[in-house]
Order: sequence, then structure tokens, then C-alpha cells
Amino acid sequence: MSQAGQSTHEMLESPAFKRLVRHRWMVSVILTLLLFVIYYGYILLIGYNKPFMATKIGAVTTLGIPLGVGVIVLSWLLTVIYVIWANKVYDVEVKNLKSQLK
Amino acid sequence: MFPMLNLPLAAIQTSLGSPTASAIFFFFIIVSLTLGITYWAAKRTRSTKDFYAAGRSVSALQNGFALSGDYMSAASFLGIAGLVSLKGYDGMIYATGWLVGWPALMFLIAEPLRNLGKYTFADVVAFRLRQTPVRVASAIGGILTVLFYTIAQMVGSGNLITLMFGIPYEAAVVIVGGVMLAYVLFGGMIATTWVQIIKAILLLLGVSVLCFIVLYKFNFNPGNLYAAVAAKYGQGALEPGTLVTSPIDAVSLGLALMFGLLGLPHILMRFFTVPDAKAARTSVLYATGFIGYFYCIIPIVGFGAAALVGRDIITGIDKGGNMAAPLLAELLGGTPFLGFIAAVAFATILAVVAGLTLAGASTLSHDIYVNVIKRGQATEQEQVSVAKKATVVFGILAVLLGILFKGQNVAFMVGLAFAIACSANFPALIMSILWKKFTTAGAVASILTGAILSVGLIIISPTIWVDVFKNAQPLIGLKNPAIISMTAAFVAGWLVSLLTPEQSAQDRFEDEKLRTYLGVGAE
Repeated sequence: MSQAGQSTHEMLESPAFKRLVRHRWMVSVILTLLLFVIYYGYILLIGYNKPFMATKIGAVTTLGIPLGVGVIVLSWLLTVIYVIWANKVYDVEVKNLKSQLK
Repeated sequence: MFPMLNLPLAAIQTSLGSPTASAIFFFFIIVSLTLGITYWAAKRTRSTKDFYAAGRSVSALQNGFALSGDYMSAASFLGIAGLVSLKGYDGMIYATGWLVGWPALMFLIAEPLRNLGKYTFADVVAFRLRQTPVRVASAIGGILTVLFYTIAQMVGSGNLITLMFGIPYEAAVVIVGGVMLAYVLFGGMIATTWVQIIKAILLLLGVSVLCFIVLYKFNFNPGNLYAAVAAKYGQGALEPGTLVTSPIDAVSLGLALMFGLLGLPHILMRFFTVPDAKAARTSVLYATGFIGYFYCIIPIVGFGAAALVGRDIITGIDKGGNMAAPLLAELLGGTPFLGFIAAVAFATILAVVAGLTLAGASTLSHDIYVNVIKRGQATEQEQVSVAKKATVVFGILAVLLGILFKGQNVAFMVGLAFAIACSANFPALIMSILWKKFTTAGAVASILTGAILSVGLIIISPTIWVDVFKNAQPLIGLKNPAIISMTAAFVAGWLVSLLTPEQSAQDRFEDEKLRTYLGVGAE
């Protein structure tokens, strides 16, 4: 698998490098879209359905409160997913490709 | 209903606005500690790499704290606590918007930025384009962003310090400017980083303690706290109110907050202080965690202030509600705790202004002087000396602008800074990383379109046309221009690039890609 001494150009044209770049942006775009769904879903829910956000889930506590906290927690969890993916998949592949260079 | 609440709610005697012994004590501890660190950092600041990027030796955890310290301003601490205390749930909606940029920063920008750049985000935009036009255009976007952000911070700091310590506005602005200038001038990025780390830890600690005591008063059941708020101010305090009335406005503001972060020069600059892309990515994980935690608990402080201090007393001290958290601290922990929280707020202001000054100075010295005027040919010694001169210029400018805008309504300026950042800086940055056919003319067109439209549209919007200039009707209904100005910046960059093909930029894209994705050749 490792052909010693790939030139820069060969590396950039190699299927492995192209796959790395494609996967990197696929993961980024999917996570960014999820972030959009979470945040703008929350904002548009407030914009279009205030009574839903005002639903009581306790004596006085409204549904909006856990949803607001949920937006923050879920956003953070998305960063956890990205870091785990990058550490386990991306970094390994980068190390592999770099060893084939020159 | 709540027998444990036997506090003298009506008869609160506040020592806010007078320099108490404890406030002065904590103030001096923070100032001497940070100046001590600056002295230590000064001995380690020799090269330009030390001055702008702390020698790229900041760890991911340290940078996570420093990013939080750079970002969480007095406006997020005192402002959001105040907003929640007075407007209830709407303050929480506002708080979420300030967090959601961070994951996007990680997914789209952090690693390429770290691999491609040296000291400023303009290094990345200009990587394979013609230096002079791109550096000048980037500097316009960068300086405008930093300047409006700085004016808002300086005016805010003058007002807050006057409220908390009772010293005159002008003196407060000069003290902030002077101490901050000492950090940046002598200790560069190393001192700035440590000031931001200390501030972030103090702020997280202070707010955690406030939150803990509030929850303790309500038997660790937030439901009891909400019940106390609802009993006093009605169920409406726990429901969305008037903040999101027009969904298009809310989406436009959301875009500005989310992608504006990806174009804030003082935040982007922090990524050049870590050793590699992995540390850059990990530092955003920490920062998002710290900032997210902060925004999750700050509403408890706001609701606590509404329930325990009361809205009348809060607005009696400051109409905007900014003193909600300090008043709550005084009620719960007496004058010593108030002194601590006031000193934390002061440290908060210093850390943000120091980061902004370093970013402003690096644009003037690294982008304009070294790369445009000297065409990249400047000795190490010359670069450090110019960086320090630019720091003094920017620091004095910050103080003068702070005094000039005294008493003005500058609340819109933070929104304006985010609008310019997401329209002028972010589109050019991401297109230069991703798009092979991006050209010099495309970058300049994108930056100028974004800058002109964001500033122009906000001037004729209700935010300035009605609220500041006191006209009856705005010329455009949209309060934040991001949805138009950011889109236009992308279209301009795309269209002009297609019309002006640049072979040399395309040729250099191979090297850029190798560096972006593998970190080959990264500094």
C-alpha cells in the first residue's frame, strides 16, 4: 500500500487524499447542518409557536427552559462528536498519508 | 410559600457605587497578580512569534480557557444576568445565540486556520493571492470589526466601573486602557493569554458560586426558583416574550452571531498560539464546554436576582439591569462577595480589551506595515518594535474613543461588529480555504461588499436610523443585516472570481491543500 516517495502532485491526485478531504468536509457539513437544525429549529419554534414553548412541564416550569439548555448541551455534544471522529479517523489517515510523502 | 426566604428584601442597603475596602482589596489582588505575570511574560517575549502568538506554546486546555476569557465579555456576564432578571425567558434565548458559533468555528475554520496562518487571519486569505490588495482589504474588515467591538467594550467598561466603584467615567476608561496597555505592550500574547485564563477561571468560579448559593436558597430545586419568579412577576417571565417577534430578524441575528464568531480577528488570532491543528480543535472543545456551562448557569443568576433582589431595586440602580448580578452577590454574600464579583467584572473587561488591542495592533503592524509597506522584508527587531508602536497607537485610540462616545448608545456596536465580521471577514476566509478558483479581485470584492453592506444596512435599519438618529421610520425593516450582507459577500466573491481568472492563485492551491489538510509546512 505504501509507495515510498510520492510527490506533492501525486499525493493530491491520490484517491486516499481525495477521500480524506471529502470525508473531512462531509463530517463538517453534516455537523454544521445538525447545528442549524438545533439552533434555528429552536428560534423558529419560538417565532412561530410561542404557546408550545410556554407549555408547563412542572408547577410553573415551561418547556422552553429545558429546550434552551438543550440547545447549548447538544451544540457542545456536536463538538465532542467532531473531536472523537478527528482523533480516531482523520489524524490516523493524515499520519498515514504524511508517511508516504516525498 | 417559601419559609426559608426570610431575607430583608425590601430594605436593601447597597454599597455599590462606593469603593469599599473589599472591592479595592480584590481589585488590587487581580491587578498586581496580572501585572506580575506581565513582568514574567515580558522576559519571555523576544521574537514576533512570542509577541503575536505566545511562541505557539499554549496548550489546548490553556487556549480553551483563554478563548473563553477572550469571548465572555462584561456584556455576557452582567448584561445577560440583567436581561434574564428583567425580561425573564427572553434573556435565555439571547444567551443560546452567543454559544452556537463555537461548534461552527470548530467544524469549518479552526484547523485550516491554524495550518495556513502565521499571526493574523489575513495570512490565510492572502496565502496564494496578491499580498497588497488582499492585506489592505482584510485590514479594513478586521480593523472595522475590532474598532466597533472595542468602542462598545470601552464605553461599557467606563459605565460599569463608575457604577461599581463610583470613580468618574473618564478615569475608569483611562485605568482600563492603561492596565491593558501594560499587559499587551510588555507581555504581548503570553501575558494576554494568562490574563484571559485567570479571568475565565475567576468568572466561571464567581458565577458558579452565585448560582450555587441561589440554588441552595431554593433547596437545589430550580422549580422552586421559577415558582418564586412566577409568583412575583407572573408566568410570563418563564415564557418567550417580545425578543423573537419577527422570525426573519431572529434568523438574521442568529447568522451574525454564529458566523460573526468565525470572523472575529481577536478570536481567530488565538489559534496561532497553539502548536498544531489538533490542539486548535481540542481548544475549541474546551472553550465550547466552558462557555456553554457559563450560559447554562447565568440564567439561574438572573432569575435568582429577580426573585431575591427584585426588579425594582435592580432598575433603581441601573435601568438596563446590568447590576443584577452584583446586587445579588451583595445580598447573598455581603460586601466582600460584592467586592469579589466587581473585581471579576473588571478583570473580564481587561481580558477582552487586551485581546482586541493585540488583534488591532497585529493588523496595523503585521498586515499593513510589514506585508504591504515593507513588502514582507522587515527584520525581526523591526517587526517587534513596530508591533509595540502599533499597540500603543491602538491602546490610546481605544481610550480616546471610549471618552468620545461617553453617554452614547453603543449597544448596537457589538451587533455591528458581528455583522461586519460575518460579512466582510468570514466569506473571504472560507472561500480562500475551500475554492481553487478564488482570486485576488474576488477576495477584495467580497470583503468590501460585506463591509459596505453590513455598515450601510445597519445605519438605515431601526437599530440606528430610529434608535440612535431618532427618525420616525427606518429605511429598511431588518434589524441585523447579516442575512443580506453575508449572502451578498459570498455572491460578490464568487462572481468577481469567475470574471477575473488568476492562474498563479490556482497553481498555488496544491501547496495550500497539502498544508490545510496534512499540516505540511505549517508554522
